[in-house]
Amino acid sequence: MGKTKKEIIITGFGGQGIVLAGRILGQSATLGDRKHSTLVQAYGPEARGGACSAEVIISEGFIHYPYVRSADILVCMSQGGYDKFISRINDDGMLLFDSDLVKVTGFSGKSYSIPCTRMAEDLGRKMMANIIMMGFITSITSTVSSEAARSTVAETVPKGTEEMNIKAFDKGYDYGVAVLKGIQKKAAGKAGA
Amino acid sequence: MRTAVNTGEHFMTGDVACAEGALAAGCRFFGAYPITPATEIAEHMSARLPEVGGTFIQMEDEIAAMASIIGASCAGAKSMTSTSGPGFSLMMENIGLAIITETPCVIVNVQRAGPSTGLPTQGAQGDMMQAKWGSHGHYEIIALAPSSPQDIFYQTIMAFNLSEKYRVPVIIMTDEMIGHLSERVIIPDANEIKTVTRTLPKGRKDRFKPFEPGPDGIAPMAIAGEGYNIHVTGLTHDEKGYPDMTVEAQAGMMERLVGKIRKNRDDIIKTEGYRLEDAEIVIVSYGVSSRTGLAAVDEAREKGKKVGLLRLITVWPFPEEQIRTLAAKVKGFITVEINLGQIHHEVERCAGGKAECMLVGHPGGTIIPPERVIETLEQHF
Repeated sequence: MGKTKKEIIITGFGGQGIVLAGRILGQSATLGDRKHSTLVQAYGPEARGGACSAEVIISEGFIHYPYVRSADILVCMSQGGYDKFISRINDDGMLLFDSDLVKVTGFSGKSYSIPCTRMAEDLGRKMMANIIMMGFITSITSTVSSEAARSTVAETVPKGTEEMNIKAFDKGYDYGVAVLKGIQKKAAGKAGA
Repeated sequence: MRTAVNTGEHFMTGDVACAEGALAAGCRFFGAYPITPATEIAEHMSARLPEVGGTFIQMEDEIAAMASIIGASCAGAKSMTSTSGPGFSLMMENIGLAIITETPCVIVNVQRAGPSTGLPTQGAQGDMMQAKWGSHGHYEIIALAPSSPQDIFYQTIMAFNLSEKYRVPVIIMTDEMIGHLSERVIIPDANEIKTVTRTLPKGRKDRFKPFEPGPDGIAPMAIAGEGYNIHVTGLTHDEKGYPDMTVEAQAGMMERLVGKIRKNRDDIIKTEGYRLEDAEIVIVSYGVSSRTGLAAVDEAREKGKKVGLLRLITVWPFPEEQIRTLAAKVKGFITVEINLGQIHHEVERCAGGKAECMLVGHPGGTIIPPERVIETLEQHF
């Protein structure tokens, strides 16, 4: 049974654009996909440089309690974030992470990785790692539509950087599509054997 | 953005929605000192007010910020300030000045955990009694408690309207959680927003008495500098505004200050019920804690318990009648608030022993999870 409510935690270092990623996700769901969404951001000195997080809930109906109680999706862009938040993922939860920055230990659930910081460096803008991750989240989890996410990225990023950011988003999105195809192929191969 | 009313659908924080509500209500002066977690209100006002011909001033501290909005209001502007715990404490003396001079203005307190500097970045609801009694002397005040960014938009307009109508400072008692929560906010067309502006005096300017009540019990308020005789003082004063240090003058003035709120409780007090119809247990809550309450009601109903929520929109004056009426027919109340018992005592007082009153409180720094309400429910009812 598909849950109509998705609880998501995005975490990383302060400065990686974690809260912006959360904002893009929540805003895409609210204004683009016409759903309900809440965004709660961790705030304050502990968030700068240390583990920073954004909690997003997306639902068909009004969200009573806007805090994540058990994460359906956990996105980690730093080891500190992974260590701090991994205990909050639920049994059916999905883990998405930056494969260069996070070493996963002791988690046996569904997980998907992308070297988003390295990809951003290849694009010449390390700070766009969060937007690449947003594209990856969009294709892997389908919690928001790609149309809504793309237009929200364009509306949310600084003027003049829209094109670059959309390109970054698409890189992440396509990477996710390829990852899913690979998993499907593997599954089909196993079924055929 | 150039217009005062930012019509459209937005995904915005409670702090920004509060600022937009103020602009939609007609606020054109904002004086404040930045403080976490209220800074975003000042930040947004500093960008938006110049666009609509308003004035933003970052004052040297919160004492001056409060003074500045009183002065701006006397000069005819709808005015607001925003702060959090430590700044709210500093504002107390001048809030008293606004009360005795009957100067309309709006104060936003984005509550964080105290006492003192406490937890600057983490929320609480520990200033609720301070909002009622924080300034010295006996008085009545209006305080509201929003539970979402959409709610704070409308409550800020409501705060201005009540303030202008009753010539009283109105306090918006929000919290860090609502201030920093992003959610859908729909801002309607300007012509759909009802705004109230203070009654201006008519007649001879030299015979004007600035504290002579009109037929509704509220004195019309002249704009300073337009030629009306005005004297404004923090001392006990007569209808002309002149100091009158007598027991009689004090009694007359106090009757007006307190009476204008007490006699209009039905107009001022707003509450909202959720699944109250057949409720045997009523959760009483406000601000972010009412979101805990909403979730707890549904979860308790799934377990077969008849639970409802009474959300306080107006906290002061306290919705005494609403609690009394419910107390006569329900088994008990559970007050949910991020302090160790403030509104809980008001509920207890009004229930008058007719229903059991429990508190689900918290020392501050985080939201109360619905599970704690369910636990109390299962243990006591």
